[in-house]
Amino acid sequence: MSQRLPDAEFLLTELIKQLTPITHESMAMVGIHTGGVWVAQRIHQALNLKLPLGVLDISFYRDDYSKIGLHPQVKPSALPFEVENSHIILVDDVLYTGRTIRAAVNEIFDYGRPASIHLAVLVDRGQRELPIAAQYVGAVLSLPTNNMLELKQQSDGRLSLGLLDVKLAAE
Amino acid sequence: MNHQLQLNKNGELLHLLTIEGLPASILTLILDTAESFTGVTEREIKKIPLLRGKSIFNLFFEPSTRTRTTFEIAAKRLSADVLNLNIAVSAQSKGEALLDTVNNLSAMHADMFVVRHSQSGAAHMIASHVKPDIHVINAGDGRHAHPTQALLDMFTIRRYKQDFHNLRVAIVGDILHSRVARSQIHALSTLGVPEIRVVAPKTLLPNKVERLGVHVYHDMEKGLRDVDVVIMLRLQNERMQGANLPSNEEYFKYYGLTPEKLAKAKPDAIVMHPGPMNRGIEIDSVVADGGQSVILPQVTFGIAVRMAVMSILAGN
Repeated sequence: MSQRLPDAEFLLTELIKQLTPITHESMAMVGIHTGGVWVAQRIHQALNLKLPLGVLDISFYRDDYSKIGLHPQVKPSALPFEVENSHIILVDDVLYTGRTIRAAVNEIFDYGRPASIHLAVLVDRGQRELPIAAQYVGAVLSLPTNNMLELKQQSDGRLSLGLLDVKLAAE
Repeated sequence: MNHQLQLNKNGELLHLLTIEGLPASILTLILDTAESFTGVTEREIKKIPLLRGKSIFNLFFEPSTRTRTTFEIAAKRLSADVLNLNIAVSAQSKGEALLDTVNNLSAMHADMFVVRHSQSGAAHMIASHVKPDIHVINAGDGRHAHPTQALLDMFTIRRYKQDFHNLRVAIVGDILHSRVARSQIHALSTLGVPEIRVVAPKTLLPNKVERLGVHVYHDMEKGLRDVDVVIMLRLQNERMQGANLPSNEEYFKYYGLTPEKLAKAKPDAIVMHPGPMNRGIEIDSVVADGGQSVILPQVTFGIAVRMAVMSILAGN
C-alpha cells in the first residue's frame, strides 16, 4: 500500500481535544460495533463521562439485510441511560457512505427521543450516499473505493489503521 | 425424510424442519442471535425493522396457544405482517388439502410459513413444495419434531448453566408421544451434553430409544440423581390409544415431579416444562411454582429464539 495512513492514536487525541470544550455533566456517548466502540471507550474514559457508555450493533437496522442476510455475529445493543431528552455523542471509527449512521440513528430512536445527536468519527473518508455529516472528525482522507479502511485494536488497547483490498477482504 | 432440505449449498439454513442433522454451528448461531434479541423487549419501542414488508403465515392445523402466540409476537417484533390461520382439517385427503392451502397462500406472496400439523412430515412436505424464496418453520409435526421448542430449551439451559459440556440432563415422562423430547435429545447431543437420561415407564418409551444415545431409567429417583437439568414432559392423553397408563394418580406417584424427587437432583438443578402443564399429574404445583422452576422464563426466551430463527431464515 502506497498511501501513508495517519496514526490512529494521534487522531484519537485530536478527537478528544475537539470534544473536551463541549463536555458536560449529562453528556451521553454511544459507540457503534466494533471499531466505534473501541474509539468511544477511549474517549469516554479520557473525558471522564458520568453516564455509562452505550453500545450499538446496527445489524438489525441495516438496509442491505434483504441482499446479504443477517450478520453472523450480532452483539447485543445496550443504551444504559435514559435516551429520552438526552444529548448523545455517537461515535464510529470510519464515516463512509453514511448508511451505518442512518441505521444507528434509527436504532437510537427506538429507545426514546434524544434532545440531540452529534457524530464523532476518527476518519471521514468521503463518498457519502446520504445527507449525513460528522461534527467532530479526527482526519479527512481520500481513499480509492476498492480499499477498506479498518481499525484494529492491539492487545494493549492501542488503536491502529490498516487498508484492506475489498475483494480480498470479502473472501 | 430428507433432512438436507433445510440447508442450502453453502450450509445456510433455508427452512427449520428438524434439529436432526443440523451442525452445532447452526444451533449456536441461532442461540447467539437470540441472545441479542432479548434486549429488544426491554426498550421503549419493542420492535426492529428487520422483516418489514414480509408476510408470515402461521398455519396451525392443530390447536396451540403458546407456540402460535410466541411466533406471532416474534414476527411482530421483527415488523413482519402476520396472518394466523387455524385450520381444522378433515381426516381424509389431508395431503392434497394442505398443498392447496399452501398454493393459495403462496399466490398471495407469502414469505414464510410457520406450520403446526398433527401429521409427521407436514412441514417437510410444504418445504419441498414451495418456491425457493419461501421459508418454512416446523412448529411441531405429529410425533416427529418441534425444533423451536428444543432451541428455546437449549437457550434456557445455556442461560442458567452457561456450558453444555459438563451437564447431566434428565427428560422425564411421555417420551413416546413427544416430538419435543425427540428434538431435545438431538439438540442436547449436538451441543455436546455428555449425559442425557430419559426417565419413563416402559409403556411411554419408544422402541430402541437407547439408539439416540440416551440412558434409560424407569425409577425416577435414580434417574434424577445428581442431574443439573430436569425437563418434564406433558402427559399427552389426547395422543394415547388404549392403556399406556393405569391412572393419573398412579402416574403422579411414580413419575410426578415432587419436591422429594427433585431433592435427588443437584441443589442448583433447574426444572423445565414445555407447557401446558398438567399440575398434579406430571408435576407438583409446589415445584412448578418453586424457586428452581424456569418454566416461565422458557416462554419469554421462546420469543427471542423464534425471532432469531425467522431473521436468519429470511436473510438466507
